[in-house]
Amino acid sequence: MAVTRRQFMKVSAAGLAASSVGALGFMGAGEGLAAGVRPFRLEKATETRNTCPYCAVACGVLIYSSTDGTKDGKAKVVHIEGDSDNPINRGTLCARGAASLGFANSPNRLQYPMHRKPGSDKFERVTWDFAMERISRLAKEDRDKNFIARNRDGATVNRWTSTGFLAGSSCSNEAGYLTYKAMRSMGILALENQARI
Amino acid sequence: MASLAPTFGRGAMTNSWNDIKNADVVLIMGGNAAEAHPCGFKWVTEAKANNGAKLIVVDPRFTRSAAVSDLYAPIRPGTDIAFLSGVMRYLLGNGKIHQEYVKAYTNASYIVKEGFKFEDGLFAGYDESKKNYVDRSTWDYEFDEQGMAKVDETLQNPRCALNLLKAHVERYTPEMVERICGTPKDKFRKVCELIATTANGERSMTSLYALGWTQHTTGAQNIRSMAMIQLLLGNMGIPGGGVNALRGHSNVQGITDLALLSTSTPGYLVLPSERETTFADYMKARAFKPIRPGQTSFWQNYGKFFVSQQKALFGTAATKDNDWAYHYLPKFDTAYDVLKIIDMMAGGQMNGLFCQGLNVMMAGPNKTKIHQGLSKLKWLVVIDPLQTETARFWENHGEFNDADPKAIQTEVFQLPATAYAEDEGSYTNSSRVIQWHWKAVDGPGESRGDIEVIADLHSRLRALYKKDGGAFPDPIINTSWAYAEPAHPEPVELLKELNGYALEDLPDPADPTKVMLKAGQLLPGFGVMRDDGKTSGGCWIYTGVYTEAGNMAMRRDASDPTGLGIHPNWGFSWPANRRILYNRASADPSGKAWSERKKYITWNGSRWVGGDVPDYAPTVAPDKAVGPFIMNQEGTARLFSRTAMTDGPFPEHYEPMDAYIANPLHPKVTTNPVVRVFAADAKSFGTPDKFPIVATSYRLAEHFHYWTKNVHDNAVVQPEMFVEMGERLARAKGIRNGDWVEVSSQRGMIKAKASVSKRFRPIMVDGKPCDVIGLPIHFGFVGLARKSYPVNTLTPPVGDASTNTPEFKAFLVDVKKTTPPAQPAVA
Repeated sequence: MAVTRRQFMKVSAAGLAASSVGALGFMGAGEGLAAGVRPFRLEKATETRNTCPYCAVACGVLIYSSTDGTKDGKAKVVHIEGDSDNPINRGTLCARGAASLGFANSPNRLQYPMHRKPGSDKFERVTWDFAMERISRLAKEDRDKNFIARNRDGATVNRWTSTGFLAGSSCSNEAGYLTYKAMRSMGILALENQARI
Repeated sequence: MASLAPTFGRGAMTNSWNDIKNADVVLIMGGNAAEAHPCGFKWVTEAKANNGAKLIVVDPRFTRSAAVSDLYAPIRPGTDIAFLSGVMRYLLGNGKIHQEYVKAYTNASYIVKEGFKFEDGLFAGYDESKKNYVDRSTWDYEFDEQGMAKVDETLQNPRCALNLLKAHVERYTPEMVERICGTPKDKFRKVCELIATTANGERSMTSLYALGWTQHTTGAQNIRSMAMIQLLLGNMGIPGGGVNALRGHSNVQGITDLALLSTSTPGYLVLPSERETTFADYMKARAFKPIRPGQTSFWQNYGKFFVSQQKALFGTAATKDNDWAYHYLPKFDTAYDVLKIIDMMAGGQMNGLFCQGLNVMMAGPNKTKIHQGLSKLKWLVVIDPLQTETARFWENHGEFNDADPKAIQTEVFQLPATAYAEDEGSYTNSSRVIQWHWKAVDGPGESRGDIEVIADLHSRLRALYKKDGGAFPDPIINTSWAYAEPAHPEPVELLKELNGYALEDLPDPADPTKVMLKAGQLLPGFGVMRDDGKTSGGCWIYTGVYTEAGNMAMRRDASDPTGLGIHPNWGFSWPANRRILYNRASADPSGKAWSERKKYITWNGSRWVGGDVPDYAPTVAPDKAVGPFIMNQEGTARLFSRTAMTDGPFPEHYEPMDAYIANPLHPKVTTNPVVRVFAADAKSFGTPDKFPIVATSYRLAEHFHYWTKNVHDNAVVQPEMFVEMGERLARAKGIRNGDWVEVSSQRGMIKAKASVSKRFRPIMVDGKPCDVIGLPIHFGFVGLARKSYPVNTLTPPVGDASTNTPEFKAFLVDVKKTTPPAQPAVA
């Protein structure tokens, strides 16, 4: 039987009215209590199963999101708690995981592509298209100039060592694999991640 | 990881988080699980409460793990090998090893080559001018005419690995351990005695460690010492045993599996070096023939994994005629680890750098050098969900980052990435379990997923190379990119590609008239992979994660039929959904469990059975005497690691590069003799006359690396950098709680507030009292917390001899009282 938490509260309060409180002569107190129960704040939120973004215990988390009160109508994360179905954490979260709502919604989350010109003392907002086009050109220019097809012994080495890529250890496996593919296909050797630091 | 593979065959946490509850003894050393991995530590609590487990903590600081331990022993940072070698000496000298396990399942009885020796701190084959072991030919077994390693089952031969080990650790007496580590003899003895209670197959010990072991110049050998102890005790492959690396980031295991590492390819295959000029050369070095009769030596299948991977990467462009696009892969001359990258940047040898969620300004060692390096780049691209010091390295933050933007010519792009709540995909946890997560909301502003950013970059470069040509466009143009929407590959498409497909109809090996798999079907496991181009698979150890039966990473059946915490249908645990690695070793050579208490995988007369997937051929009978360490050519695990480690087949204590004392074992070779020191860093190391205090860095329960200083609640509860020091040192320096202090090392200086605590107490090292201080790593000049000097201002630019993991855990400093920092120019 699907019972929401709010229905449960109402039923409980009604039961309360009919039982002990009622018996003590406080008739109507239960109804009053039931009417005073605020709607459970996650009732209308969407529940999504996810994994805590921090350490590699990989605690299961339930992310609750809602469009309630957002100005742009975009759903926002409103609550995060441990997933009690997950056998690894059984619903527990540590001080970091329990506060991870503040990471999802941090004021220091990046919003827009930014660009800092050589010698400048500020970032300036740019479009994705500008940034990606410029980065692609810079990368190609460097690769074409510094690509090493053969080493001094004449052996084929096909490497590009003047550009490096430091990969994120909190990217998904799928993002990591695509990164590997894209970087190795260019001949990048300086490809590393957090594993060794 | 670079220590586990040379010992056991695979580089990963051997047991699972839940399995910790089965332990009888838990040893936390080189980590602080109660604060760094609290929800994993829950299983330690479970073991204590319901399995009568005893917790030992060995740490320089009386951590919160120590606070709930049964036995705590202090240790000087950077001396773990001396301690652990002392433990080995105790076990060997007191007959406290699991004799039958050691004889049958390790290389204890293998005879080591005549010329192998260890003298005055050096193993055979050292070349002083090259600072390296140039001739490692004696670091091996004696072989017979058939190429089989010679053994002496009676263990009488003095050149048996076990006897050489005994001789090697003989020097680590309790007195020597006390002298080097500062651990009082009686405490040390108690630790040895408790560890020794698990040397019998009835009880097990689990070892939990983290960066406290890896971030040293002897990092890999720290872990190898413990791996050897666990072999001597017979604690590998059994419930509540294992060597368990508690990893730091949510997907650092996965990203490592997928080889975002300079000399690897996915699934722990090796990128070809420039000496392997042809595919045939490359494969010749990877035949992995068994070196004991009848052994599995599973890496014999290397070619199947490699060719299937090339098919996944390059599709139809990888053919037999072009050696499966062998030359599409770059050939390395040297490893390009993070320290090397920083050195290249600082030396002007690097023009561009991408930082995808890696805040190198904080995570690398020696901030001054990193800053110099980033300033010399032509361009820097930071892809991150958060503000980072790396993206803003050019900005002036007063004395916390005293940069002059006008002088810095680096062009910087800061690209907003989505985070976990805003994308779907899989993470591989520390214990190899791959779990799917679902998207909850869109990312903020114009943020984009990492997949989308990489796909966009690749698509643009591919188009540019197609149109304009350029240097060797072939691998870029021919990279397999057969996604429904090339600019937006779906995570499920990518996980399927990682798993692999049959590219043609594959016949059933039992009946070739039948088709086992049709072209286009997903592979059920890596056992069906082929080296003829008829299968693909991006990462062979992940094969089985997405089969015709569906996405196994999405499985959410939490049932646990055996009660041992296996949860076989929750997600997918590589390889082949095994939860405990090397689990054949949970049974004796005849296939019976060592004990009823530790029963896990046993032989039932016709096959191996139990609650987990056997790490073994399922129907090979015990009398075939196939060893349980199926990845190794020996079939056994290695007490003597042959040439697998750069700094020796046995671990040896060397002082950190900032050496607190001359090495009492061999004063002429005080520090690790094969550590790589770049020419630019030759004068970067400190001495105790100028810097008489030992410092270590650590993590707080309230913060995650350099992220959560951007999170309000975390920044409130732990708002700023501090220096933790003991009462004796504070008194001697006239420092009170909350005073501003200056901490200086050979690399630089930081200011922070003093936190005077009882958690650090002076220890007697080499007859003198030694003060140790602790520095939390989390604070920088960007974030919601107060601006602080980054800790890596102080740490040395040097790493582990095998992996080049930087030394963050043992260095020399001095401390004095000072004035508060001036307000930074930028708020």
